Amino acid sequence: MGKTLFEKMWEKHVVRTIDGGPSVLYIDTHFIHEVTSPQAFNGLNKRSIKVFRPKQVVATADHNVPTLNQHLPIKEELSRLQVEALKKNCAEHGIELYGLGHPYQGIVHVIGPELGITQPGMTIVCGDSHTSTHGAFGNIAFGIGTSEVEMVLATQCLMQTKPMLMRINIEGKLNDGVVSKDIVLYILSKITASGATGYAVEFAGSAIRSLSMEARMTICNMSIEMGARCGMIAPDETTFNYIKGRKFAPAGVEWDAKLAYWKTLFSDGDAVFDKEIFIKAEDIEPMITYGTNPGMGIGVSGHVPALNEVDEKEKPSFEKSLNYMGLQPGSNIKGKKVDYVFIGSCTNSRIEDLRMVASFVKGKHKANDVEVWVVPGSKQVEKQAIEEGIDKIFAEAGFMLRQPGCSACLGMNEDKIPAGKYCISTSNRNFEGRQGPNARTFLASPLTAALAAITGEVGDVRDYYNKN
Amino acid sequence: MGKQINIIRSTAVPVNIENVDTDQIIPARFLKATSREGFGKNLFRDWRFENDDEAKPKKGFPLNDPTYKGKILVAAKNFGCGSSREHAAWAIKDYGFDVVVSSFFADIFKNNALNNFLLPVTVSEPFLQKMLVAIEKEPASEFEVNLPEQYIKIQSTGDKEVFDINNYKKTCLLNGYDDIDYLLSIKEEIATYEKIV
Repeated sequence: MGKTLFEKMWEKHVVRTIDGGPSVLYIDTHFIHEVTSPQAFNGLNKRSIKVFRPKQVVATADHNVPTLNQHLPIKEELSRLQVEALKKNCAEHGIELYGLGHPYQGIVHVIGPELGITQPGMTIVCGDSHTSTHGAFGNIAFGIGTSEVEMVLATQCLMQTKPMLMRINIEGKLNDGVVSKDIVLYILSKITASGATGYAVEFAGSAIRSLSMEARMTICNMSIEMGARCGMIAPDETTFNYIKGRKFAPAGVEWDAKLAYWKTLFSDGDAVFDKEIFIKAEDIEPMITYGTNPGMGIGVSGHVPALNEVDEKEKPSFEKSLNYMGLQPGSNIKGKKVDYVFIGSCTNSRIEDLRMVASFVKGKHKANDVEVWVVPGSKQVEKQAIEEGIDKIFAEAGFMLRQPGCSACLGMNEDKIPAGKYCISTSNRNFEGRQGPNARTFLASPLTAALAAITGEVGDVRDYYNKN
Repeated sequence: MGKQINIIRSTAVPVNIENVDTDQIIPARFLKATSREGFGKNLFRDWRFENDDEAKPKKGFPLNDPTYKGKILVAAKNFGCGSSREHAAWAIKDYGFDVVVSSFFADIFKNNALNNFLLPVTVSEPFLQKMLVAIEKEPASEFEVNLPEQYIKIQSTGDKEVFDINNYKKTCLLNGYDDIDYLLSIKEEIATYEKIV
């Protein structure tokens, strides 16, 4: 029997397996950031041990940084102390830090791929659930807790039980106005926010193959929103072309050797999955969420489920969600006014996302009472946006181009959406209070968010294209 | 933080809401600390207090209801989804819980709980309902969570269900062992692995 992509990589990284227990899994690359690492370093210091393989650890500051005036000291004391602790810990343990002010600084899941650190066949972890993003390159990448961060710092290994395997096949051609964010929101709406819990998920099919690397990252990024341990896409020419020539990509004979290995990374024809799901690309519409978990999504022209469409058991949670969102069962989201537009986060803050938004808004201006924040995923994305003149398009449109960081995705740093306000957001979570206490989030693609920025309300990009 | 888990007999606090994500358990704005202690006071912060004001507890939220207390948190399906923040497990443990019961846990949360000697017990949906009914009838209902024998029991009715846990983790919890101790003990083997690959 053939092997799945996951099994090929898993087997290569198992150091030993405990009888009736987990396996010791070797980790190739460990990304760390300021929020989930300080307690791990404290743990090492308490045991008086050093980081085992500091050259396999890469650090950046992203969650808890301001996205304006990054050249000034961080105003908020606790945030400043946390960022300083990272600096101190990295210096003490010999870890490369791309901190504030560094030309490589940015959201950890944006910088890994753009620097060529993220490669096929690796095991990658980070104390952040969206580590699944890296799986777009065909590797095992998943989020871990701080105790596990400490384990990897101390031994470059983790204790893991092998997950079940799921393949989600998306075949066919995507409709106009439908982008990768819509694909993943559509999958979530079908399988729910817990539909892949306990599984490693491989995304496959012609619709996935047709996507760029950045678009693939958006999908793998949100595999955690289905509960998946990790998400992955087998590497192909698109992957190899993306990696080649990047800062830390292999070169010369090393490239040839790596490439030969990478080309073996696919699920064999007779490999067996514990579960398979088949989706037709043609069925996918521009999507939007209406509720308080990412599985609560609909086609943007559809309606919020009516009470009689909701399972009896789900009703209390459903009603709690709608009450929080200030929405009625059975109502339309299309036409709903928004107060904020947030384009950013590890899901959609890469140069292609910014280009997509810029090409849509060029020559237009935002609606009067909407505030629009565009937060590039990294210093390199920011630099490229400026080189391409995207910053000017945004300025003319009345959009605010801020500096790199996680920003308004998580209600932690200075960037928060005020209570009761509606934000259409390209980020990954619409949980209660995620973007700030009592803030209300509609998750959508960069294109749908750009349209809302211009019109001030949720709309269907297909209507827009038809009219123009 | 209490290490070692064996047999716990206690009343329970019900939070019967599905898909509780870790942002609800501990909102991100409370993740700025650099130590593991003190997160309990912000457990379920925005469900507990009106407008982030500790002087205004929200009526009806079980943690604010003195009827409910104990070392067992009884939660609903897909508990702990979302962010990987271990602060969620720290907050629950720090608040005083030793066990969380649900019909379904999110992956990362489950690992984080185990690494902090907070025992996640997965029960069937019908058993979960029985537990909730028992608490509703009598908030002082006691439960026995027996790790050595791997069962959970509703004392008043005698209803009992066996739960799964892998042997390795069970041994760790019973004896207060950390994964990191284990990994450190095989460091040489890890170094050998590195040379072979």
